[in-house]
Amino acid sequence: MIMKDYLLIFIGMIILMIGVLIGVAYLTLLERKVLGYIQIRKGPNKLGLIGILQPFADAIKLFTKEQTYPMFSNYLVYYFSPIVGFSLSLTLWMMIPYYFNFFSFNLGFLFFFSCTSLGVYTLMISGWSSNSNYSLLGGLRAVAQTISYEVSLAFIMMSTIIMIMDFNLLKLMDYQKFIWFLILMFPLSLCWLSSSLAETNRTPFDFAEGESELVSGFNVEYSSGGFALIFLAEYSSILFMSLMFVLMYMGGYSLSFIFYLKLSFLSFVFIWVRGTLPRYRYDKLMYLAWKSYLPISLNFLLLFLGFKIILFN
Amino acid sequence: MFLIMILILLFIIISNIMMFISMILSKKSNLDREKCSPFECGFDPKSSARIPFSLHFFLITVIFLIFDVEIALIFPMIKTFKLVNFFLWVKISFFFIIILLLGLYHEWNQNMIEWTN
Repeated sequence: MIMKDYLLIFIGMIILMIGVLIGVAYLTLLERKVLGYIQIRKGPNKLGLIGILQPFADAIKLFTKEQTYPMFSNYLVYYFSPIVGFSLSLTLWMMIPYYFNFFSFNLGFLFFFSCTSLGVYTLMISGWSSNSNYSLLGGLRAVAQTISYEVSLAFIMMSTIIMIMDFNLLKLMDYQKFIWFLILMFPLSLCWLSSSLAETNRTPFDFAEGESELVSGFNVEYSSGGFALIFLAEYSSILFMSLMFVLMYMGGYSLSFIFYLKLSFLSFVFIWVRGTLPRYRYDKLMYLAWKSYLPISLNFLLLFLGFKIILFN
Repeated sequence: MFLIMILILLFIIISNIMMFISMILSKKSNLDREKCSPFECGFDPKSSARIPFSLHFFLITVIFLIFDVEIALIFPMIKTFKLVNFFLWVKISFFFIIILLLGLYHEWNQNMIEWTN
């Protein structure tokens, strides 16, 4: 009996993984389309029906490009860091909360934190090991940015955890039955949204790969497979961050269909922000993390602690 | 736990296979000395990419380390909520967060999180 359960979970995870990969592929298509329409032009619309097959063509093109071996690079580390990053971002998807067929971690939030914190290493190591000044600068920036935003992310998340007093993600849907945490913890939820933009190195904060100053940031020296894996990892972490936002702040009832509509709306928001906002300035980014989000989230942590205590008494 | 381990292994293997497939499929060409040199807008690199060390980024990392340890100390608070004396829990948690907040303001006051000076 337990073996059958194991088999079911295993098959479910495989299907989830394939779903994530296809979702990531179509997220790139959505991004190109949306950016196209924002700039009053059409995105890719030739391949397949209306550009439906574009992501697969992109993938085939990426995987058949030439792979480079940068001189004096630490080749083994250079080769393996995208792989580690990609498998980490797939591992993150194990904590998707369901009552059946998946794991429902008791300490899901802790699992989330351990996986996202490990993601920093792949950025740093891929920047450092390719022996280029641009990629080193991009890697340093990415590390400083991700690290600073991780602190505020953790404290904002602590407020949510204190509201539900559990690390289990399934609890979130019980506590948001009547009111979304988006409204209940209003400014803080938007802080989480922008912190997750910074955590995934998305556009208003994409200093890790600022095209205008560093050519492509930490992945200058990467071509075909390595670049594809970095790209996939980045986009799957975008999807996961929007999943976390829907879970934590928009009534995370993950069994309903509307949940996935909200998820895709939030990943659309990620792209929308990219099409709208110009890049920030690096020192302002650091100030935003340390002088604005961190004090605000700590003060709100005190507030929600008091709120919980009043409720409990 | 065993299943989680197996699945993590599976993910690692799948990503390795993807990289390996791209190594097999990718275009092969003669290795050129100029092509393999690090990208620097058409110039030869003037300085080594291994020597630079920024004290500023290092200091940010040290501050991050302090806060991260404090986060790790706060996490058990949740699990002990239903186990310990309520009054003591409230006192300790408030005390802890206020210390954290005052520490942040102190660092702000000492210009530790100043980026340009």
